[in-house]
Amino acid sequence: MTRDEAFFQFLLRMGDNTLILGHRVSEWCGHAPVLEEDIALANTALDLIGQTQMWLGLAGEVQGEGKSADDLAFLRDAWDFRNVLLVEMPNGDFGRTLMRQFLFDAWHSIMLTRLRDSKDARVAAIAEKAGKEVTYHLERSGDTVIGLGDGTDESHARMQEALDYLWPYVGEMFEGDAVDAEMAEAGIAPDPSGLRADYDALVGRVLAKATLTIPDSRFAHKGGRNGRMHTEHLGHLLTQMQWLQRAYPGATW
Amino acid sequence: MTTTEHKPTTERIWHWLDGVPDPEIPVISVVDLGIVRDVAWAGDTLEVTVTPTYSGCPATSVIAMDIETALRDRGIGKVALKTQISPAWTTDWLSEKGRARLEEYGIAPPQPAGGPERCPRCGSAAVEKVSQFGSTPCKAHWRCTDCLEPFDYFKCI
Repeated sequence: MTRDEAFFQFLLRMGDNTLILGHRVSEWCGHAPVLEEDIALANTALDLIGQTQMWLGLAGEVQGEGKSADDLAFLRDAWDFRNVLLVEMPNGDFGRTLMRQFLFDAWHSIMLTRLRDSKDARVAAIAEKAGKEVTYHLERSGDTVIGLGDGTDESHARMQEALDYLWPYVGEMFEGDAVDAEMAEAGIAPDPSGLRADYDALVGRVLAKATLTIPDSRFAHKGGRNGRMHTEHLGHLLTQMQWLQRAYPGATW
Repeated sequence: MTTTEHKPTTERIWHWLDGVPDPEIPVISVVDLGIVRDVAWAGDTLEVTVTPTYSGCPATSVIAMDIETALRDRGIGKVALKTQISPAWTTDWLSEKGRARLEEYGIAPPQPAGGPERCPRCGSAAVEKVSQFGSTPCKAHWRCTDCLEPFDYFKCI
């Protein structure tokens, strides 16, 4: 694996995380429990899709085959996606959506902070831009997790259930492989395992305030970020997201 | 006819750009918003450097088109729009004129404290947050507990 091949994989991981989560969150548009939450979810999705354009745009540049961000988003099949499994999990109820958002935002904010020191100026610039938006996402998802966790018996029970369901998908965000080793070596991106201590501290603080209990197990479902095996949910998501370009190749407006 | 005759000064161009309204908040210009970072001639091509506000903001492409149209209307044939993402856009770049116009329009301007200073309608400091997000990516939703009017707050980033 050359450095550029590793760099391409790294950029797909960043861009596919934001793309798939952005799409998932956008599924709420018009369905959220109250208008303000609907708008908040749509805005979050919009930021994530915007960040995707930057990450996948750079991925196409590094790959050097003349592919645009749109080509990469709409013309790859499930096995070529490099997002972590967490972000492809179905929305479930509002609580599960916000818990998934919080667990991702916490990792995302720590990762982007580190990436601001990337030796690749383009990566540092995207991280600086995206970091501002993600700080805002984390504030909201964290506050909502606290509000619902430390809320009524019903909301507390649902948030605990969401945490129990999603926790096994957290570990994958910190799994390193040859791509990560190459990126760390080049000073482009940090080794993911080095983010875990900050993550545990941040997530621990918020979940304690939310009166929720972190499951004991560190068992982790894996296979998304290296593309070895996605869940069946990703394929269903892609059939909807890519439908237009598949049915009418090259369609534009 | 020489090309220099068709090359207005950059000062003049900044002035023209100050006449291009933000498509979502038409009371302020794209210059007030702080997204035009540079205007420079490269040969007979005018290079305008623009920085996006929020990375997914759909207004960004409309703004680029509006800038290009405005400059062509002034007779500038060759315009190259460059996107610059670093340094990232910050609400510190909003002009004083822009801040004042926002408030007149009913949108509370951004404050470092993270919330509006006062209600843009009645001026009361008794305000509360309804939602961190609003009708566009750059705004949050607040309300005044004195006059009871809801209003937009331009988020500080």
